[in-house]
Amino acid sequence: MKVPIRWLSDYVELTTSISEIAHRLTMAGLEVTGIVRTGSDWENVVVGEVMEVKPHPDADRLRLVTVNIAEETFEVVCGAPNVAEGQRIAYARLGARLIDARSGEKKKLKKAKIRGVVSVGMICSELELGLSDEHEGILVLSPNAKVGQPISDVLGDTVMDIDMKPNRSDGLSVLGVAREVGALIGATVTEPELDCHAVGVSIEGRAAAEILDSDLCARFTLALIEDITIKPSPSWMQERLLAAGMRPINNVVDITNYIMLELGQPIHAFDYHKIRDGKIVVRRAKEGETLITLDGKERSFSASELLITDSSGPIAVAGVMGGFDTEVTDSTQSILLEVGNFDPVSIRRTAMKLKLPSEASRRFAWGISPALAPMASKRATKLLVELADGKAAAGMVDTFPVKPDPVIVHLRKKRIPQVLGVDPPEEQVTSSLTSLGFAVTVANDAFTVTAPYWRRDVSCPDDVVEEVARVIGYDHIPAEPLAGRVPPRVPQPVRELRERTRDILVEAGMQEVITYPLTSMEVLQRVVAPESLGEPLAIINPLNVGQERMRTSLRASVLECLAKNLRVARGQLALFEVARVYLPGEGALPEENEHIVGVVTGARIDRWRRPTAEFVDFFDIKSYPMRLFERLSVKVSVVAQDDYGLLSGRSAALFVGDDRVGTVGQVHPDTARSFGLEQATFLFELKLEVLLSHVPSITRYKPVSKYPTVEEDLALVISQTQDSESVLQVIQSHPLVASARVFDEYVGEQVSDGKKSLAIGVSFQAPDRTLTDRDVAKAREKIMARLERTLGAELR
Amino acid sequence: MVFLEKIEKLATEARARLREAGDEQALETWRIAHLGRKSALMELLRGLATLEADERREAGKAANLLKTELGDALELRRRELGAARIQEAETVGRIDVTLPQRPLQEGRLHPITQTQRDILDAFVSQGFSVIEGPEVELDYYNFEALRIPKDHPARELMDTFYFDRSDEDDSKLLLRTHTSPNQIRFMENCEPPIRIVCPGRTYRNEATDPTHEWMIAQTEVLAVDEGLTLAHLKGTLFEFAKRLFGQERKIRFRCDFFRFVEPGVDMAIDCFLCGGQGCRTCKNEGWIEILGAGMVHAEILENMGYDSEKYTGFAAGLGVERIAMLRYGVEDIRHFYENDIRFLSQF
Repeated sequence: MKVPIRWLSDYVELTTSISEIAHRLTMAGLEVTGIVRTGSDWENVVVGEVMEVKPHPDADRLRLVTVNIAEETFEVVCGAPNVAEGQRIAYARLGARLIDARSGEKKKLKKAKIRGVVSVGMICSELELGLSDEHEGILVLSPNAKVGQPISDVLGDTVMDIDMKPNRSDGLSVLGVAREVGALIGATVTEPELDCHAVGVSIEGRAAAEILDSDLCARFTLALIEDITIKPSPSWMQERLLAAGMRPINNVVDITNYIMLELGQPIHAFDYHKIRDGKIVVRRAKEGETLITLDGKERSFSASELLITDSSGPIAVAGVMGGFDTEVTDSTQSILLEVGNFDPVSIRRTAMKLKLPSEASRRFAWGISPALAPMASKRATKLLVELADGKAAAGMVDTFPVKPDPVIVHLRKKRIPQVLGVDPPEEQVTSSLTSLGFAVTVANDAFTVTAPYWRRDVSCPDDVVEEVARVIGYDHIPAEPLAGRVPPRVPQPVRELRERTRDILVEAGMQEVITYPLTSMEVLQRVVAPESLGEPLAIINPLNVGQERMRTSLRASVLECLAKNLRVARGQLALFEVARVYLPGEGALPEENEHIVGVVTGARIDRWRRPTAEFVDFFDIKSYPMRLFERLSVKVSVVAQDDYGLLSGRSAALFVGDDRVGTVGQVHPDTARSFGLEQATFLFELKLEVLLSHVPSITRYKPVSKYPTVEEDLALVISQTQDSESVLQVIQSHPLVASARVFDEYVGEQVSDGKKSLAIGVSFQAPDRTLTDRDVAKAREKIMARLERTLGAELR
Repeated sequence: MVFLEKIEKLATEARARLREAGDEQALETWRIAHLGRKSALMELLRGLATLEADERREAGKAANLLKTELGDALELRRRELGAARIQEAETVGRIDVTLPQRPLQEGRLHPITQTQRDILDAFVSQGFSVIEGPEVELDYYNFEALRIPKDHPARELMDTFYFDRSDEDDSKLLLRTHTSPNQIRFMENCEPPIRIVCPGRTYRNEATDPTHEWMIAQTEVLAVDEGLTLAHLKGTLFEFAKRLFGQERKIRFRCDFFRFVEPGVDMAIDCFLCGGQGCRTCKNEGWIEILGAGMVHAEILENMGYDSEKYTGFAAGLGVERIAMLRYGVEDIRHFYENDIRFLSQF
């Protein structure tokens, strides 16, 4: 809402600075987002009086104008058709910076010779001052403008831009803001003049209104103004409309807009003679009914829309747009003024459906008081009489089927400190509320508060408490530390595991990323097997192409992220994300499961951080989940297993007990390429909720044996398809084995085809004694026998 | 005096050889040769028994003296060599300490994760529990239960992504536009006292620009108990502001509008860069708006089955990106989810 200060000061005396007023409004919830001063750059432009207009000796369309600016006179060459003797005009002295009509840029005014006559200075158009695009004629000022006065004193204004919140429809009016300012600075508010001189034949019998659907229309008034003259509205009104962000059109349209901005009540003007029978019916549309609206488009309606109709059919869409056929034109002689109070929801829906949001529909949608209708009607009538030379018919049609009760709120005195934490004195409460227009009576332990008609947002005790706080100021509320009962902590195991996971992976050298959950079916298909794809949740109103589906896998997002970063990063790159996937199921909501996906690619770097010829491989990516399991004290088994989108023979399932907690492997080159990754790329994926059930909440200590270990190396030959993990399992199952690890793998000439050699370091240890050579030899023999029997292994 | 002559000869030899020994290994060889079990000196000592008593005393004394002398000389030489090695390390062996260290693999938490944690810590330390809820939400929790009915203009403040699942108003599925549904979900199942803080992703269907992002990390704060007032809200948020922006911070409340609180406020901090003098970050205001908050609307408490005459509550909602932008001086919110490693690796 743009509020021109000159206009505002019509209703309230501004006893303090604009910046202070803006601050107070902001603190009270009417946030001033900008203060723009127009006219600050109009130096060297003053009010001049046109003393004499003579023809130019050498050009038919130009005139020689003598301008007086109090102490001096100048002769100016002027091409404007509307210049006339006696006018007050904006005279630009030499040196003034004006907007050039051709280039649209500011230029410094210099002395010029036009068709042989020297022109000193210039008479300005609206365009040249930056007020509007108007350049047909010069700007004519009010005859009261004081000759010689700087033009910024006459036309310059300060405009506050207020970000109004939808609870305060009253704030969408200059008067509403004035009331607020009045309460905040303690100034009296002057209501606009409503009384008009209605001398015409009574409206009775010449216009009538009926509301058929009073649920959608609470009040409807009609006023008739005859013998009007359509012409431009006076410059003061145009200036105010421009400052408030509306284009002046003609006096009738401008007056309806002016009243809307002044009071917050939209008005519609019909050409009276185009209304059949003068009888208006407000009703729901019949299915399929049509109307050509002001913009020339044919609109079709359903029963949920409210129409203004005459005996021939629809003539306007209530609160949204008028009809083409009944529009006010230059030849209009009589105006039928409609002021309605329409249902907010209905207007909002209709405006959205017809894609016709407007200043008017916004005010209706925010909800305005029915008390405004007759006020706006009277005010508009008054202005039409004054500014369009109209003759107002006596009386007004006012259909108001159900009069609402005033809103009365009972506020217990104790409630104010209960909510605010401070207890202002009773007089302060009363005066604060009264200043805002509330009527207050005080009983023993309660205030009875009646809200003014314009404050439809106040309906319960705490609403009134807020009003008190707004006026006394939130700075008076102290900051008190939280005291009282501390509720028991609510454990969040998934969250706690997730945060640990993040720390472990970061510590292991991975960079965390956070990506969008919305993706496309096409992208999901690259990483999810067709049989698992299902029907991911679809957005019906996506913002961007490619962001329509809720992801059911994180793989694609993280791979995309990796590909993007490869363009800027050198050497090894390891990224991960912990986030949710969204799996539609039986319930009302999808399952939101947490996944971790990590990826790694690139060449290892050397001591100088240069990429080496050595590329990361499967065992690099395996490090990360293995580190995680180790830190979480989870015993995992790695089982060779193919997975969608991963390279066969280079991927594995990660099991904890019987639960598959994840996957690790090399991304299939085709899949990688679909993300723009031409190099070997590796990935792991873990399911946090599945993992969670296996994470011990606390680690139990195992005593460290006091006795020495005996280290032995075994070299075995086994089938190439046999994995080392099962060999280790056999070895570790012997009670005297403290640990075992593979330290070499060999395939080649030294072993026969289809076989591989594994070197395994074994630590033997007993908890209660020092092992003898014989103990170890026996254990070793036993282990070898089992390996041979179960896995076909032989000692090398 | 053959014996003494032998000792003298041994001594001369040993002293000369010791001077030649230039490293630890040579010293050890020398020790074995001159002081070891099979050394000439030991042989000599063993041969003392064959001598006459007088001669034995004199010879024994001399041999033992030599043994001690050689032992000391060895120790001295060892120290000399050690000192020489250190000196060499300190001169010839000087290294350029400004050369780059050996690289470790590097990774960082996303700046939003870091900021989110700091925000949560500020509330957890005041007795709040961390609670999370669904991102795909029912219309009821996101709007209706928070007093934002269908067709209410307040919905225009939150452009919403909807799913194609259900047309029933209450069961309509959407991406939550704020973390506030957590308030309802928690209160439905719990009794006061309540202190929860709810982090999570939220979504707005609006075009992105330097200050708008369609995915936003939010944090919701809710406390309900007897005797809670706007002053407690101020105190709780003051503590938060001090932790995130410095102990010397001041905070300011102003009136604001959110359907689910009454009164509603907006909290600002005095600018931590200029100390309230006015600068670019605070747009010359001296104050920076941080979050929206207020007293939980009595109607919501009643709907949750709480007696609003007895219980009051406060709630706050804040955007993590906004806080992160302020803290790190990030001028464009879109940087966070572009995930450029050159950006992420700075935090």
